[in-house]
Amino acid sequence: MRALLLLVAAALAWAQSKPGAAPSGDAQNGRKIFTSYGCYQCHGYDGHGGAGARLAPNPISFDAFSKYIRQPTGEMPPYTAKVVSEKELADIYAFLHTLPAPPPAKSVPLLEGK
Amino acid sequence: MRKSKKMSVDRRSFLKGAAASGAALALEPVTTQAQQTQAQRSAAPIPSETALAAEVSTPPRAAEVLTADRPGSDFMVDVLKSLGFEYIAANPGSSFRALHESVINYGGNKSPEFITCCHEEQSVAMADGYAKLEGKPMAVFAHSTVGLQHAAMGIYNAYASRTPVFIVLGNTIDATARRPGVEWLHSAQDAVSMVRDYSKWDDLPISLPHFSESAVRAYRVAMTPPMGPVLIVADSDLQETPVEKDANLRVPKLTLSAPPAGDAAAVAEVAKLLVAAEAPVLLADRAVRTAAGMKLLVELAELLQAPVASGKFPSRHSLSQAGGRGLIANADLVVALEVPDLWGTLNSMRDQVHRSTQRVANANAKVVSISAGELDLRSNYQYFQRYAETDIAIAADAEATLPYLIEACKKLLTPDRKRAFEERGQKLATAHAQGLERARTEATYGWDSNPISTARLSAELWDQIKGEDWSLVNGGASRLWNVDKHYQTSSGGGAAGVGYGAPASVGAALANRKYGRLSVSIQNDGDLMYAPGVLWTAAHHRIPLLSVMHNNRAYHQEVMHIQRMANRHQRGITNAAIGTTITDPNIDYAAMARSMGVHGEGPVTDPKDLGPAIRRALEVVRRGEPALVDVVTQPR
Repeated sequence: MRALLLLVAAALAWAQSKPGAAPSGDAQNGRKIFTSYGCYQCHGYDGHGGAGARLAPNPISFDAFSKYIRQPTGEMPPYTAKVVSEKELADIYAFLHTLPAPPPAKSVPLLEGK
Repeated sequence: MRKSKKMSVDRRSFLKGAAASGAALALEPVTTQAQQTQAQRSAAPIPSETALAAEVSTPPRAAEVLTADRPGSDFMVDVLKSLGFEYIAANPGSSFRALHESVINYGGNKSPEFITCCHEEQSVAMADGYAKLEGKPMAVFAHSTVGLQHAAMGIYNAYASRTPVFIVLGNTIDATARRPGVEWLHSAQDAVSMVRDYSKWDDLPISLPHFSESAVRAYRVAMTPPMGPVLIVADSDLQETPVEKDANLRVPKLTLSAPPAGDAAAVAEVAKLLVAAEAPVLLADRAVRTAAGMKLLVELAELLQAPVASGKFPSRHSLSQAGGRGLIANADLVVALEVPDLWGTLNSMRDQVHRSTQRVANANAKVVSISAGELDLRSNYQYFQRYAETDIAIAADAEATLPYLIEACKKLLTPDRKRAFEERGQKLATAHAQGLERARTEATYGWDSNPISTARLSAELWDQIKGEDWSLVNGGASRLWNVDKHYQTSSGGGAAGVGYGAPASVGAALANRKYGRLSVSIQNDGDLMYAPGVLWTAAHHRIPLLSVMHNNRAYHQEVMHIQRMANRHQRGITNAAIGTTITDPNIDYAAMARSMGVHGEGPVTDPKDLGPAIRRALEVVRRGEPALVDVVTQPR
């Protein structure tokens, strides 16, 4: 049982690994290639989602992020190392971390739901 | 030359007059004369130039008829009036010039009124949008070969979405009566053949009685589910030849067919499944055509406390579970009511190099389909989607079948099942509330983004129309909108042909006008550029419509397709914009609208400017005119 709990804790830690665990990246370049490499097409210019999933704020761990981009299991087209380097992935990831949290829904009168 | 034409007219006049009046005896001498003329022609020597010139310059007095009191086209207008058409959408064309003139003069340009269009695809799409709102067809005039070629995409859209459209196609059948040059180019032996694969019925009448019978039949065929576009060819000579004075012309009585309802035994079986199911899901993609249809769907859902995952259903109802793919995965019974792509609903296909498929629905789930689709199925165009396996399939109109299904379910209800339904309903109500809250939170992401998020656009628009009797005639309503009337949403172009949205929304707005409804369109930029002239039509005919543009400056679906290919081939991933985007220069849609007499706002790029721009545009629309707000948006 204890072993199982440790395993679960490890898995959670992996899934929620902090930005610090990711290689450092150039957020400014990340913003640029987020558009030029076509990420915006499905995820929006601010990573808020659209045809594809929402990426920011609070992106998934870099490992999960990188793994999915290289070998997507859903509809996303793959971005192999041949077209996006590890450095560029880190840049995009750094850019995603710069994106601010949206306003709470309750603070937006237009979303009061009437 | 002129004489030859006149003689030909005389002969044809006889043929049609005889058919029109049935008075063959009275017209017999004309037959003889015409036959003699033919015989003389074939036997006569070639005339000298002098003789020919004399003949052309001074035609025989008897043949020199320059006016006509009552052309056949007047009677054709009588027929159209009897069918109750409010409007005829058309780009003018000489093959129906007599009909055109009869509509505006003989018919007083009222019921039907001539709506000037700038392209035949626009005409048909307007009629399509109108029919979806009004529940009956608008007439379209199309010009022989070239007009029908332009109209073809609109006809395919209407056919695939089972929408009634009534097209009168000008054509000149008699080769010897055609003016040299263009009229030959604009004539065809079998004009409708080009669209027969995706139209429901057509005819080529050779007399006025034939025209009237076929027009009435065509109307009924168009309106019988599965509905669809129909075409009647109006021969130009039949239009222009005067009606015999004693012609006994009449328009047959129109009786619409009752829509086909499901077989009683099969409906009872479906009811058994529905009442016994623990986790049923109702899919109602195109089931609801009318206000009564929506009421029936609500009644069925409430009776069973079953979720409705698609189609026209009140969005704030606790059983509304739009987009509930998770529901389908967990369902033990899926009842599909007029679902055009049932396979694609029950399964998914990955768009990767290997197109793998996966069952979305539970493998053990029972599947029922009630649809009129297969009652009129064609082979060539593949609008009918992949074959879906079902446990019960009923070939019938779903809306017409709903009353019987409801009654059959009521007979099977027991106190135990009612208790189970109540529990299910409570869970679904909780899920509905949670879904709404999620949608609210999701809308906040990108709230202040520039370009403007589609969620922000939707919220700003909703805020200003929610107090009115609104009708979204193009584009999808947000989950946060309160949709509770059947005319508040539209199902779009059936064949996904781009260029449908703008004209269909103007047609729908025309239908809404007499009810005083506020018509609103969320207008894509690429779609508008197919036939932007429809803006002029809206201005010219004072059709109130608020178009709020979802301007992502691209054919964005195609941007994503090219990106997919570039990634798959591992090259050029920065080039997807080539050939797919609408930039450099950016189009000034507000200026374009203004150039055609439509109030134009924008381009709006700052979300804070959006509300005021919509407000100004709405003031114009409330005055009975069209307005457009160009909003530069996120891609999706």
